[in-house]
Amino acid sequence: MENFTPFSAMAGGALIGISVTLLLLFNGRIGGVSGIMNGVFFAPKSDRIWRLIFLTGLVLGGFIFQRLVPDFNVPRQNYPLFLLGLGGFLIGFGTRMSGGCTSGHGICGIANLSIRSLIATLTFMATGMITVFIIRHSLELAA
Amino acid sequence: MKQNLIALLCGIIFGIGLSLSHMINPNKVLNFLDITGNWDPSLIFVMMGALAVAFFSFKWILKRPAPIFAESFHISRKSSLDKSLLLGAAIFGIGWGMSGYCPGPAVTGLGLLSMESVIMVVAIYLGFFTYNRFFDEK
Repeated sequence: MENFTPFSAMAGGALIGISVTLLLLFNGRIGGVSGIMNGVFFAPKSDRIWRLIFLTGLVLGGFIFQRLVPDFNVPRQNYPLFLLGLGGFLIGFGTRMSGGCTSGHGICGIANLSIRSLIATLTFMATGMITVFIIRHSLELAA
Repeated sequence: MKQNLIALLCGIIFGIGLSLSHMINPNKVLNFLDITGNWDPSLIFVMMGALAVAFFSFKWILKRPAPIFAESFHISRKSSLDKSLLLGAAIFGIGWGMSGYCPGPAVTGLGLLSMESVIMVVAIYLGFFTYNRFFDEK
């Protein structure tokens, strides 16, 4: 567990909690990134622009942090391309089918005491762990 | 206009939170999912940090008749468990475990000019499109 970073994890998590709090308090929206992303193209026209702006904010947040603290997060290199492509596809498909991702179900849904979101979160954590076990320890596709 | 400013601010705070917590580092996420390997429980602390805020704030906010800049809250009222919830979450988890990304970090990584993020975002939209076009029964 030498890479365990509980303090930056808690602090970063608190910022995410503040973000979803402000979005709900002012705009009445749930800060679930998969739903926000999907709506950029698939929501009614009048309901699209704020989503695009939120996503632009995400990119800006990543950019600003990187400028302030270079080398804090170094982009990964040489990861198998098909795991990214297929993985991304399954993420898009699965989050639409279940109506949320780590932020929508895992944070907002659980904060709202939704049993559906709790079950969804436990489910995707379980299949994620099984998948990583297979990829890293059975097939040894990636370190 | 006011709602768009809030959306921008929330996006920026969220992106900084994902960066500070290292959740935009896909190997950090894979190390969390790798319970039989060199396990890194940091992701649970990210969720605890977020829930410590949101658990109380949501309870307080939802007592209001309406949000400050909008007419109503857009919140799912569904409560029953169904096959699509479980199957969809299972499929998402497989993609998460294959890549180390979930949607937030995939988008945020674009700010670091990460090539992986570009691939992830395009692939995620292909998944959205496929589900919406061919599988959504609503």
